[in-house]
Amino acid sequence: MIPELEKFVGFSAKNLPKDEPLASGHRACQGCGEVLALRMVMKALGRDVIVCNATGCMEIVTSPFPQTAWNVPWIHIAFENAASVASGVEAARKVLARKGKIPKKHVDILAVGGDGATGDIGLQWISGAMERGHDFLYVCLDNEAYMNTGVQRSGCTPYGAMTTTSPPGSQSFGQVTWKKNVPAIMAAHGIKYVATASPAYYLDLMNKVKKAAMVKGPAYVHIYSPCPTGWGSAGERSIEIARLVVETKVFPLYEVIDGKYIMSRKITKPKPVTEYLKTQRRFRHLKEEQINYIQARVDAEYEKLLKLSEM
Amino acid sequence: MSKRVGVEVSIAVADAVALARAEVIPAYPITPQTHIVEHLSEIVANGHLDAEFIPVESEHAAMSCACGSSAAGARTFTATSSQGLSLMSEILYHPGPMRLPIVMVVANRALAAPISIWNDHQDIMVQRDIGWIQTFAENGQEAVDLLLHAFRVAEDRRVALPFIVNIDGFTLSHVIEPIIMPDQEEVDRYIPPFKPHYKLDPRKPVSMGPVGIPEVYTEERMAHNEALKASKRVILQGWKEFAEIFGRQYNPVEVYRTEDAETLLVTMGSISETAMTAVDEMRNAGKKVGLVRIRLWRPFPGPEFRKAIGKAKTLAVIDRCLPPGAVCGPVGAELRSLLYRVPGAPKIFSFVAGLGGRDVTVDRFKEIVDKAELYAKKRPVELYEVIGVREK
Repeated sequence: MIPELEKFVGFSAKNLPKDEPLASGHRACQGCGEVLALRMVMKALGRDVIVCNATGCMEIVTSPFPQTAWNVPWIHIAFENAASVASGVEAARKVLARKGKIPKKHVDILAVGGDGATGDIGLQWISGAMERGHDFLYVCLDNEAYMNTGVQRSGCTPYGAMTTTSPPGSQSFGQVTWKKNVPAIMAAHGIKYVATASPAYYLDLMNKVKKAAMVKGPAYVHIYSPCPTGWGSAGERSIEIARLVVETKVFPLYEVIDGKYIMSRKITKPKPVTEYLKTQRRFRHLKEEQINYIQARVDAEYEKLLKLSEM
Repeated sequence: MSKRVGVEVSIAVADAVALARAEVIPAYPITPQTHIVEHLSEIVANGHLDAEFIPVESEHAAMSCACGSSAAGARTFTATSSQGLSLMSEILYHPGPMRLPIVMVVANRALAAPISIWNDHQDIMVQRDIGWIQTFAENGQEAVDLLLHAFRVAEDRRVALPFIVNIDGFTLSHVIEPIIMPDQEEVDRYIPPFKPHYKLDPRKPVSMGPVGIPEVYTEERMAHNEALKASKRVILQGWKEFAEIFGRQYNPVEVYRTEDAETLLVTMGSISETAMTAVDEMRNAGKKVGLVRIRLWRPFPGPEFRKAIGKAKTLAVIDRCLPPGAVCGPVGAELRSLLYRVPGAPKIFSFVAGLGGRDVTVDRFKEIVDKAELYAKKRPVELYEVIGVREK
């Protein structure tokens, strides 16, 4: 256990904050799992926070000038650089506090972006910020494609999924690559805290965000975020899908604390991946051969993860 | 007491950044390198400056960090060059409209291909329209003085705009010159502490960098443009105050032996010192030649420039940038646009010279003046000409 987390007190149904740092009335789609996850993130962090938002759905739907959904200081510069902007904010507050120009009180610095902003275009910027050791947390809201711009594939799009740039056709079955393991890349930086979360397990999600904020230095939380618009799923089923993805072992929940993998939820009686795949139109075209491959690979990846947690 | 020292200009620039008490310095040292960043990290490491030096992984990240730190209320400086400036390009457009007064020194150099680390103005001319205030230094002393002026003006609440001081790569950045370094007390008097209108602060939350829908985008861009144009008043005031404290006077446009001149060389940056020598020699030979040097490039000082050229008949503009396929070089195009249909306006010829570290000698300036005078007598076929091209 790392010292910062010794005083950690988790959220429960009894002490959930009522305050909403991210206000309602924003322009997210009906049933958006991403904005729900972001709302939980902000509830966990409270108001002593500065948010550095990458370009993407969450930035667009919360900030059409002159409106804003943000009750906390918020800045957006570009697509790939939220972690760099956060680095600058962190450094500025350090020197200003040292010089007595701002109160010494700790303020969390949150950089947040989608899977494209995190795993594709922004990877270098995040890697730089992690390596330099800035005291901030990075949250990736992963809806598994570029949804804001019309559902183009990203490195985090799952195998077989249909997107507008990985369409199934006579020569293709959709996305041909396996989902990039971004949490492992972040853990490889040797940072103290990495976790995965799903909005279906909201207390787990909020606790992980709180831990990530408490840790000194960089921390990373990767949150699975259902997108009814991009996935062709029913808006009212977002939470159900966010639960199924865990129960089928497709998106396991775990923490990496100081290099040690800890399973948040061991799935002893997994549901078949078809239970998950059939909830979304993006997988509808898949044939038995691809579904069998997905099942085998999901099982193998989960085993690898279990082994890591037993080390 | 300020004193004159022999020092490499990059080192003097870094020392001036320390005198200006910069608080956050995100910088990437290479693509290509100057000693500015190296020396600044040394100054911070030695505790001579209470600042955060962020050794970022690229220039794009440097400018991104700079936006974050300036938005959080810290005095922010960075420096770059050439390819690095190009890599920053996307983010260079943000601090202007967002009114973040970042100060940057650009050691001007050529752009690839072919890869070149040597001096010209192609890197910054590509970034002409980023919406920063921009000045060009002639020598090391000016580099230091214009940098202090940049901090004074950028952070002024009437301005709140980012500021680039251009210094010629190698020709200035890597040479040792005698420079009077101001003392700390004078600099503190000249540059007050940074107090932004807004900053990222949980005690008073603001949203910065929102989406600009079509109903607001035009107004936002217009507001930025108006602010940039209006900054000239404070730029001039900043130079007046500078003269009062440090005794050196700067103007948006400088003139040299322009009285009764018929042909004027128009230059920017360190090349102007050679141009002055050429003017002296041509004057001695009885030619009515003078020099006009543009120091303030953005906002462009139109009235000052028109006044500076007096009744000259011909302008020989030195463009240190070759924009392929364009009508002429960017400075030439700017001046043609400024003087179009102005009664009695001179004929304007753009001469592209000094690309990628090619020296522009006194003889070259003479050749340029001769050509400009010849072309003025008959309409030239080409609207601009590349000077000093080797035939074999």
